[in-house]
Amino acid sequence: MLAWTIYLSFAGALAEALLPKGRNALARWLALGVAAAGLALAVMGFVAGMGPNPGGRVLIVDVPWVPSMGIHFLLAADGISRVLVLLTGLAAVAGVLFSWNIDLRTNEFFAFFLALIGGVYGVFLSFDLFLLFVFYEVAIVPKYFLIAIWGSTRREYAAMKLALFSFAGSAMVLVGLLAAYATAGSHSTGLVALAHAGLPASFQMWCFPLVFTGFAILAGMWPFHTWAPTGHVAAPTAASMLLAGVVMKLGAYGCLRVAIALFPRGLDPWGFSLAGIGSWRDVFAVLAVVGIVYGALVALVQTDFKFVIGYSSVSHMGFVLLGLVTLNQIGMTGAVLQMFSHGIIAGLLFAIVGRIVYERTHTRQFAELETMHLFKRLPFAAWAFVIAGMASMGLPGFSGFVAELQVLVGAWMVNPWWVAAAGVGIVVGVAYTWRALQKAFFSDALPSAHVLEQEHFHPFAAITWPEVTGVALLAGVSLFVGLYPRILLDQIEPAVKALLAGGAQ
Amino acid sequence: MSGFPILTTLTVLPLVGAAIALLSGRHARAVALLTALTSLALALVVWTHLPANGAMAMVEQHMWAPSLGIEYHLGVDGLGALMVVLSALVTLMSVDAANRVHHQPGLYFGLVLTLESGLFGSFTALNFFHWFLFWELGLIPAFFLIKLWGGARRGPAATQFFIYTMAGSVALLVAFLAVFVSTGSMDFGRLTFLASTGELEQMVTAHLGPVMLWLAIGVLAGFAVKVPMIPFHTWLPAAYAEAPSPVTMLLTGAMSKMGVYGLLRIAIPLFGPQIARMRTPLLALAVATVVMGAWAAAAQKDLKRVFAYLSVNHLGYCLLGIFALAIPAAGAAASAAADQAAALDGVILQMFNHGLTAASLFWFVAMIQQRTGGHRGIDQFGGLRKPAPVLAGLMGIALFSSLGLPGLNQFVGEFLIFRGVFPLAWVAATVSVLGLLVTAAVILTVIQKVFNGPVAKHCEGFPDLHHDERLAVIPAIGLMLLLGILPQLILNSVNPTVVNLLAHWRF
Repeated sequence: MLAWTIYLSFAGALAEALLPKGRNALARWLALGVAAAGLALAVMGFVAGMGPNPGGRVLIVDVPWVPSMGIHFLLAADGISRVLVLLTGLAAVAGVLFSWNIDLRTNEFFAFFLALIGGVYGVFLSFDLFLLFVFYEVAIVPKYFLIAIWGSTRREYAAMKLALFSFAGSAMVLVGLLAAYATAGSHSTGLVALAHAGLPASFQMWCFPLVFTGFAILAGMWPFHTWAPTGHVAAPTAASMLLAGVVMKLGAYGCLRVAIALFPRGLDPWGFSLAGIGSWRDVFAVLAVVGIVYGALVALVQTDFKFVIGYSSVSHMGFVLLGLVTLNQIGMTGAVLQMFSHGIIAGLLFAIVGRIVYERTHTRQFAELETMHLFKRLPFAAWAFVIAGMASMGLPGFSGFVAELQVLVGAWMVNPWWVAAAGVGIVVGVAYTWRALQKAFFSDALPSAHVLEQEHFHPFAAITWPEVTGVALLAGVSLFVGLYPRILLDQIEPAVKALLAGGAQ
Repeated sequence: MSGFPILTTLTVLPLVGAAIALLSGRHARAVALLTALTSLALALVVWTHLPANGAMAMVEQHMWAPSLGIEYHLGVDGLGALMVVLSALVTLMSVDAANRVHHQPGLYFGLVLTLESGLFGSFTALNFFHWFLFWELGLIPAFFLIKLWGGARRGPAATQFFIYTMAGSVALLVAFLAVFVSTGSMDFGRLTFLASTGELEQMVTAHLGPVMLWLAIGVLAGFAVKVPMIPFHTWLPAAYAEAPSPVTMLLTGAMSKMGVYGLLRIAIPLFGPQIARMRTPLLALAVATVVMGAWAAAAQKDLKRVFAYLSVNHLGYCLLGIFALAIPAAGAAASAAADQAAALDGVILQMFNHGLTAASLFWFVAMIQQRTGGHRGIDQFGGLRKPAPVLAGLMGIALFSSLGLPGLNQFVGEFLIFRGVFPLAWVAATVSVLGLLVTAAVILTVIQKVFNGPVAKHCEGFPDLHHDERLAVIPAIGLMLLLGILPQLILNSVNPTVVNLLAHWRF
């Protein structure tokens, strides 16, 4: 059933591309229909996964594709996949809702959008390495066009930077994968087959960092994160929602499903230690923690509203990476939950900043927003940002709290110093969200006569129903998961357990 | 009653009320009044159904997120139930006092009711996650109530309030994270048990090294901000003064009790030995809170700031009582148990009485402000008792209650605290008496300047309390008199809890 999310999205993309120009309303409704159908399928798949063996792996399709090389069109889903597919479905619906006002080449926009979604679904459901890589590349291409055509601030530069970083990462992944295939000699590219191929430890030791880094580039790991803020800012709202919401998760998912699951021995200690760092695991944990703190500190000094959110994504993704390299049940569960949680929350933040606010104020500079009295003029946006900001700060009751708490607990079991540093990141996280909230919406600066006149004669466009629906959807999901995390944890936990038992430790 | 989730109902009810109030615009106050009244009725049902043995009652326990040790675990004993009643009472008073909210009343009352839910939740929670959720749920509405409806300098006041409390929350969270990593539990009952056998310290030390003292400091700091204890109090005068008076009623009447409650429910049970080790410096801070709070009040010219610092002073007695009873079992005299019980009885009584009295005082300030168009400087009034004898008389009773006059409610709590603290820490008690003296001087000065003397020019047409206001205020004043004469109305239910708590604490 879940496989249909992929086919449906690509079919939708094709239909959009073939749609005659000028039929914008039709293009929108078609996109919404396809995204909603994908979400419905994702929910059904998720519910089906709650059955007698929650979180267990279920085979969906397995047909030979390139038999001579052992490549199969092999789709399957375990608890982790189902949670991330659900995230993709939610992000897709919300993305369409927040793109409702796109008038430039509408059908093409949605064609790229749905192609990107299809690729993402594909990655999360592939259990064949080659297939996974194909979908991974498929997801990169539409991203480039979405930014280069419909983007804003320095869009060509940002699109090119994003593409180059992505392809560099892909190249590293590809080299690692080919080497693994050759070394295993099993004539199968199935993930499970490769994991059981018994790759030599010395091989894993160099292949793991290569593949992990290749994927982690897309997850925004410091110091390879620089594509993320510029890309997020330049992208049109829906694309930044997808970029931060699901595309960064592709990287983290690759780290988990491919790098850690296939090369677990690569995380073993080197046998010597330099300045307290004695394994690749320590290296990546330190990079993750640096990303958490660095992203938060940089977010704290931004003058552009959207850059704050862009850097906050780097910081929050640091938690995912940190959780992954804890290699224990609770930390990795937390990492997967954080992927979901950040996907929802970042999507909501980008929607508010890029769509609800920017499309009306036509500026994202705090210096200008401060004089606009947005709390009075856009109360909906202000309260939506309060809720999203609370979720992003990691206040209890929202999904981020449970996720980050689990990551911190998991990390504490390995090395309390990581937690101490990440804790600094959380405190700074409260500060930058707070600062953005104050500056953008609740500034005490008295409005100038000019602004008052504008307020009176040029009121902002009213909030539209797609905006309200989108905000309610994302905020509701974050709150629901925050209050009832078991709904996701019951599926994630067994899947992580199976993954760990499959040789990760 | 068994089986009916009354505490959940109590916590959810204000949230439902908040949602309705948010949508009902002009009629929001009526919705809020109705919700607050119903909540108070429910709270009284809880209070009257407490078991005689002082144990946790009306317990609800469900799985929530097992991997994180999170359970939905609620329950009340005499302490929790008393705080629930106080919260309901103060919220009702606050809603009643807020009869002039013209700007977005739906939002205002929605936030007030959300705050009430936060109070109920944190006073009934028995699991850290659950407790923390509602602790934060109280913080957010309070911030916006100050930020959006406050006085001229509300922006900085709200920000300062938020940053202080948030920093305190982070300290709490980190400490609990450490405890959870070491024990795998976030349940207050389980952790209290582990602490009483000394296992908690062993487990934490085994996992994380000798950090127990630091965790205790973190937890204490988190609560010290909320109470507040000197030197963590600097957010308070600005927040209390800039918040609209009905919100100040909530802040001082109910929210400050979250801090004291946290000390009793979390800090002392889990970190008793560490607190006992730091007893002398902590007592010094408590004494400083008592004395300097009173002195600072004496220096203020703004009625709201006077009462704000008096709140610091009065909650200082609670801190004094709590820290005084933390004596290591080995060095304690045989009679110490009775003294500890007296001090703890006093602390809990003082929590309730201060809430009632302080909220009433800010209520009167709200009425005076309404009548004078915002004046609240002590020197701006004079002779109010002539044009407004009823207001002067009733506010006088509240002021004397605050002063600690025998026969009024606050006397009993303070008396019991001093009765317990003298044998346990006589130096601290003696120095604190200074606070009592200064408080008396401050309150008499207020009475003198505001109610007596020649009638100030702009006060000549000062209207007295009208019918509705009398109807609202008189029950509160009546309760002060009643509890002054019959403190056993509260003590009868609190005392078994005190015995029960002391039996489970280890210092």
